[in-house]
Amino acid sequence: MPTVPAYSSGAAVRLAEMADVTGSDSALRRFLHGLPGVDAVGIEARAATLGTRSIKTTAKAYAIDLAISMIDLTTLEGADTPGKVRALCAKGISPDPTDATTPKVAAICVYPDMVPVAKAALGASGIKVASVATAFPSGRAGMPVKLADTAEAVAAGADEIDMVIDRGAFLSGRYLEVFEEIKAVKAACHREPGPDGTGGPAHLKVIFETGELSTYDNVRRASWLAMLAGADFIKTSTGKVAVNATPPVTLLMLEAVRDFHATTGVQVGVKPAGGIRTTKDAIKYLVMVNETLGDRWLSADWFRFGASSLLNDLLMQRHKLSTGRYSGPDYVTVD
Amino acid sequence: MAMDKQTFEYAPAPESRAVVDIAPAYGLYIDGEFTDAADGKVFKTISPASEEVLSEVAQAGPEDVDRAVKAARKAFEKWSALPGSERAKYLFRIARILQERSRELAVLESLDNGKPIRESRDFDLPTAAAHFFYYAGWADKLQYAGFGPAPRPIGAAGQVIPWNFPLMMLAWKIAPALATGNTVVLKPAETTPLSALFFADICRQAGLPKGVVNILTGDGSTGAELVSHPGVDKVAFTGSTEVGKAIARAVAGTGKKLSLELGGKAANIVFDDAPVDQAVEGIVNGIFFNQGHVCCAGSRLLVQESVADEVLDSLKRRMSTLRVGDPLDKNTDIGAINSAEQLGRIRALTEAGEAEGADRWSPECELPSNGFWFRPTVFTGVTQAHRIAREEIFGPVLSVLTFRTPAEAVEKANNTPYGLSAGIWTEKGSRILWTADKLRAGVVWANTFNKFDPSSPFGGYKESGYGREGGRHGLEAYLATAAEPSNERSERESERDR
Repeated sequence: MPTVPAYSSGAAVRLAEMADVTGSDSALRRFLHGLPGVDAVGIEARAATLGTRSIKTTAKAYAIDLAISMIDLTTLEGADTPGKVRALCAKGISPDPTDATTPKVAAICVYPDMVPVAKAALGASGIKVASVATAFPSGRAGMPVKLADTAEAVAAGADEIDMVIDRGAFLSGRYLEVFEEIKAVKAACHREPGPDGTGGPAHLKVIFETGELSTYDNVRRASWLAMLAGADFIKTSTGKVAVNATPPVTLLMLEAVRDFHATTGVQVGVKPAGGIRTTKDAIKYLVMVNETLGDRWLSADWFRFGASSLLNDLLMQRHKLSTGRYSGPDYVTVD
Repeated sequence: MAMDKQTFEYAPAPESRAVVDIAPAYGLYIDGEFTDAADGKVFKTISPASEEVLSEVAQAGPEDVDRAVKAARKAFEKWSALPGSERAKYLFRIARILQERSRELAVLESLDNGKPIRESRDFDLPTAAAHFFYYAGWADKLQYAGFGPAPRPIGAAGQVIPWNFPLMMLAWKIAPALATGNTVVLKPAETTPLSALFFADICRQAGLPKGVVNILTGDGSTGAELVSHPGVDKVAFTGSTEVGKAIARAVAGTGKKLSLELGGKAANIVFDDAPVDQAVEGIVNGIFFNQGHVCCAGSRLLVQESVADEVLDSLKRRMSTLRVGDPLDKNTDIGAINSAEQLGRIRALTEAGEAEGADRWSPECELPSNGFWFRPTVFTGVTQAHRIAREEIFGPVLSVLTFRTPAEAVEKANNTPYGLSAGIWTEKGSRILWTADKLRAGVVWANTFNKFDPSSPFGGYKESGYGREGGRHGLEAYLATAAEPSNERSERESERDR
C-alpha cells in the first residue's frame, strides 16, 4: 500500500474506507476498545531501554541539528506581546547569530491573536506559524467558539493549528463527539491556496493532554480516534498541566502512528510537548522515532518538539561539540 | 526541509577497556592466597568477540581441590561460629565493593563472556550486588526464616557455575552460602574464569577471613573432582542437565546435600488478548537476552493461531532493529556467542531445524569477521516433534508453535522434559491465574519475562533440577534441617581434628 501524507486528498479517500468503524458511536466504541491493550510496566521498560542508547560524536551532531530543525518554538503566555513574539521569531530564524550553519526551527507556536505578528516577522524565512486554537488549553467552550477561534487563526495565515480535544467527552466515553469535533476543526482549517500556490489548508495537530487521559489504553484509543478523524499530527500535551510529554506516552503514540500507517497507508506526524528541556532528552525522543518508525519520520514534516527552553540547551551542546568547550548560558540568547 | 535527508546512524560508542587491568596470568585462590596449580598446568581464556587471548589461568588438579576443600573446612569452624550480624558485615562490604567496581567488572565480564556491555552494566552487576545485599540482610535473622529455631550451616560447599552469567551465578551461589555460615570452594566455567578471580580480590579487599571463599579455575575434570571430594558437605551446580545427572550420580549415597539448576525449554505463551507490542518485547527479551544463553530463556513461543500472523510480523519488524556486534559498544543488543563449541551446537541444531522442515528467518545484519557470532533467528512452522522444539539450543534461536485454545497451550507448554520457566501474555487476569496454576515450571512470568530479583526463589521441575536459589527458599539449600545432620558431622569432625 503506497504511503500518503495525512494532509493529502489521498488520505481522505483512505479514511473514507474506514467509515464502517466511525459510522456510529457504538461502532467507534467497539473498534477503540478492541485495540490491543497496553501493559504499563512493559512500555515503560521499553522506553527506558531506548533511553540508554549512547549517541556520540557524529551521531550527536546529526541529532542536535535534527532536533533544532524540529522545534515548534513556543510562547503561550497570558503576558505575550507583539514584541515578545517578534523576538521569538528572530530567534527561530537565526537561533545562533554567531554560527550561520545552525538550522532554523520548524515553527513558531503562538496564540491566535499573535498569528499576524508572527507571520509578518517570519516573512519568507520558510518557518511555519503554528497557532493553538479551540479554547486552548482547556477546550471548555462551545463548538461555535472553538470553530471561530480556529477560523480566526487560519484567516490570519496560520500554517498549522494545534487543537485540544474535549477530554471530558473522551473520558465519559462520548467518542463520536470527539471524532466529530476533530472533523469539524479540520474542516475549519480549510483554506484555498493563494494565486501563487502557497497557503492551502492549515495542517491540524490534535492535542490529547495525555496527563489528563491518564491511562496508556486511553492514549492509544485517542491516537486512533484522532487519526481516523483526519489529524495530520497527534500531540501529547498543552504544557499547561502537571504531567506533559513522557517517553513512554510518546513511544505509545509512535506505535499507534506506525500501526495506523500499516493499516491505512496514511502517514501521520507526532509532537511531544511540554517538559522536554535538555539535549539528552531530545535525543532520547529521536532514538524512539528512529527505532519505532524509522527514517521516514525523521524530519520536521513528521516529528516536532513543542518546546521553548530546549533550543538553548541544544545550542550550548552544539557549541560544545564544535569547539570542545562548554560555553554556558550567557553565550546563547535569552528571548 | 532545510536539512538534507540522512539516516540516523549511531556512531560507535565503545566503553573503555582501560578501566579494567587484566593480568597476563592468574593462579588459584586458595586459603586467601593466589597460587599456581600443583602440577603447574594452565589454560588460556579468550574474548569470544575477537578470539584474542585475555589471560592464562591455572588448571586446578586433584591436589589443588584437596587443598582448597581443606582450607574451606578449616575456615568453617570460625566462620560458622561468628554471630550472623558479623557475617553480614562482610557481605554488605562485598556488595558495596561490587557496586564501586561495577564499571570495571562489567567491562571484564563483557570481554570474557561476549555479552553486551548494556546487559553486564545494567543487569549482571546490579543483580550480583543486590544478591549480596539481600542475603547480608538474612544473616542475623536465620532463626526466623522458617527452618527451625536454630538453623545450622552445613559445612564446606562445592559450587560449580556456568559461563552465561559468570559473576551473577557466583553471587547466587556464594551469597546465601556465606550468609548461612558455610564456606565455599567455587569453580567458575572454563571459558569465563576471570570475574571469579576478580571476585577473589574483592574478598581480600573486604577482609574476608582466609579460606571462607576459595576459587578454583579449571575444566570439567576440576568440577568432577570438587563435587566428589569427600570433604565437601554440600554441592550446588548450575549448568547442563547432562552434567547435572552425572553429579547426582556422583554424590548419590554420600549424604552430601545437592541442589541443581539445569536446562530449560521454556514456553512463552501469547494469548489473543495480549498487549501485542509489549508481548513482542517480552518475546525478544525472552530469547535474545544474553544471546539466548539463558537456562530459563523463552525458547518456545506458543502463540494463539488467531493472532499468530500479527505477532510474527511485529516480531520480525522488531528483530530487524536488533544491533548485533561489539559487546563493548553501548548500543549493542546482541553480543558474541560464548565459545566455538557453543556456536557449533547452535549451528547443528538450527541445521536440524531446517532439515526437519521448519522455516528459518533472520534479519539482515553484518557480523564481525573474527569471533563467534550467530544471527538472531526465528523458526516458524515448528511442531512438537521437531528437535528445535524439544532440545535446549542455548542460543538466539526461537521456535514458534501455535495453539488454538488455552487448554492446548498448557498441554504443549508442559510437554517437555524440562520445567524451569514459562511466560504468559494476556490482559485477562483470570487467564493468567488459570494458566499459571497448570504450568509445570518453577518460575512463571506474567506479562513480562526474564525478570530476576534476589527475593524471588528460582529453580525448576523435572530435568530442570531441584532446589531453589534466591529468596527465603534459597537459604534452605545451605541449612541443615533436622533430618540432615551433616552440620553436626562437621562439628564432630572438627572436635576430633582438634
